[in-house]
Amino acid sequence: MLAFIVQRLFQAIIVMFVVGLISFSLFQYVGDPVNNMLGPEGSIEERERLRERLGLNDPVPLQFMHYVGNALQGEFGLSYRMGKPVDELIVERLPATIELVFVSAIIALLVGVPMGVYTGLNRNSWLSRIFLTVSLVGISLPTFVIGILMILIFGVWLGWLPTFGRGGVVDLGGWQTSLLTLQGWSHIIMPAITLALFQLTLIMRLVRAEMLEVLRTDYIKFARARGLRNRAVNYGHALKNTLVPVITIMGLQIGSLLAFSIITETVFAWPGMGLLFLQGIAFVDIPVMSSYLVLMALFFVIINLIVDLLYYAVDPRLRAEHVGGAAH
Amino acid sequence: MAKSPLLEVKDLRIEFPTRRGTLVAVDGVSFDIAEGEVLGVVGESGAGKSLTGASIIGLLEPPGRIAGGQVYLSGRRIDNLPYEEMRKVRGREIGMVFQDPLTSLNPLYSVGRQLVETIQTHTDLDEQAARKRAIELLGEVGIPSPKVRIDQYPHQFSGGMRQRVVIALALCINPKLIIADEPTTALDVSIQAQIITLLKRLCSEHGAAVVLITHDMGVIAETANRVAVMYAGRLAEIGPVGEVIQRAKHPYTHGLMGSIPKLSHATERLVQIEGSMPRLTEIPSGCAFNPRCPKAFARCMVERPDLMQVEKSQVACWLYDQAMERTGSDG
Repeated sequence: MLAFIVQRLFQAIIVMFVVGLISFSLFQYVGDPVNNMLGPEGSIEERERLRERLGLNDPVPLQFMHYVGNALQGEFGLSYRMGKPVDELIVERLPATIELVFVSAIIALLVGVPMGVYTGLNRNSWLSRIFLTVSLVGISLPTFVIGILMILIFGVWLGWLPTFGRGGVVDLGGWQTSLLTLQGWSHIIMPAITLALFQLTLIMRLVRAEMLEVLRTDYIKFARARGLRNRAVNYGHALKNTLVPVITIMGLQIGSLLAFSIITETVFAWPGMGLLFLQGIAFVDIPVMSSYLVLMALFFVIINLIVDLLYYAVDPRLRAEHVGGAAH
Repeated sequence: MAKSPLLEVKDLRIEFPTRRGTLVAVDGVSFDIAEGEVLGVVGESGAGKSLTGASIIGLLEPPGRIAGGQVYLSGRRIDNLPYEEMRKVRGREIGMVFQDPLTSLNPLYSVGRQLVETIQTHTDLDEQAARKRAIELLGEVGIPSPKVRIDQYPHQFSGGMRQRVVIALALCINPKLIIADEPTTALDVSIQAQIITLLKRLCSEHGAAVVLITHDMGVIAETANRVAVMYAGRLAEIGPVGEVIQRAKHPYTHGLMGSIPKLSHATERLVQIEGSMPRLTEIPSGCAFNPRCPKAFARCMVERPDLMQVEKSQVACWLYDQAMERTGSDG
């Protein structure tokens, strides 16, 4: 178990190193930040001073060392656009994105898994057919269309829900949360559903397909032949066996929810990381872009590590060599 | 018969509705089993052996369905019970052992959990008592150091050991009837004998009757009290094991016995039955065996034989019709 974690951590470090290299190379190859910061009016002396201050005159490997050293301390330099340290910007924006992703992942799981189980168990019921048909819509409609439709219906026509921003946030020791007020919830619910819809249908279809597969297996037949209760067979034996692929996909999807919540954030003017990143691209704000890259890679790596550990928890076969006494 | 039999299958008919009409997979099968008796069911693949077994325990896979006939367990009709009632019969009164021990156990739960779960489903024992019982059972089926093994997972057991666990699971509530569907087919030959011996010993100790479905005549010969031979969804012959093996009546049974190699006489070639069993869509009129039967005559082509008593066996073959002249017998 420990060896496994160490091995995974080592892999994670390699991944992060490579990502760091890529995001660092952004500084070298994407435009000249000095131009953006000073504009065409800056004199040559001013430019040189700024270059020196930004450390752009050092040899490249040294610059990379600095970059990594700073990144490890959570410092990603100054935003060219805002003139503020990037880490401050991120601390401001990150909670919004994480809360949005968290709420939509919970929605996707809590609705998607039961729907998948239901449609897997009752293949031919009319409700299953409705679920499957509606899920096609969820899979095929692009996120922004769903977002805009929801704004139109619930924001404009019905006027029930606010259509932009986070609403009232409560400060929890530096973490701005909107999950503690009713108003905050009224703001988060539409973007969260919009973001969750695709994941929800994906999870539902995945769970359904896995359930159908598992229900055909011998151990399910044997569990029935032993007279176990339906609930025990369906949820205890069948559902648990569908979990490994579901965890895999869910892990990947939460990663992409984080990375690609950009569209939803734009549609709902959600003050999160995605919006920051988009504005950063528009301005060639390289520190913002590169730190976004590093941060997202870090999230993916952490999520994948958690997924690997969950496999361990779910499937005893992966623990095999550590338990010992296998007879084959 | 003085006592009513443990299991009575009457005129069982299993159908599969398909787009091109209904397939009759099992047709008019009747037999019964006394308490503690071992009935071997033999036949080629697709003869309807497993379907018959599955329908007794009520686990026929849709779209297959029981289209006719009745199944009685200790005089109580069980083929039309509602799902929840039948669930209580499964495991408690009828146990089942499947063919492949490698896939019969849920890989994610320890064998102990699966045993305890089954025991607790059917009894009021608490966790600890159920666990104690589970350890006893594992010992009983010959698993060494059961106290350690109980917390291990199926992948930590070999095939033979897993089949022992499966047998322990099938027997854990002392059912009166065990349906063993090819319990040794997936095992090494050296393990097969052990498992069969174990199954036989345990069932006689627990007083359970067995429906032993197999295509291994050797297993039947050493285990069963009576044998039922199935062909194309019907019973060809049923009778005491010695009778059927030594003095096979039905030409098909005869062919089956001829196909077993014997060490005692050095036959050059094994007798084999020409052709193959017809598909369900192409069962010929009259006796289903007639295209392959060396002794077929005119009547076999048009009229389907029912089981008739011949000495100690019952045979579905016109060769043994006592009243050949009598026309229009119920067929």
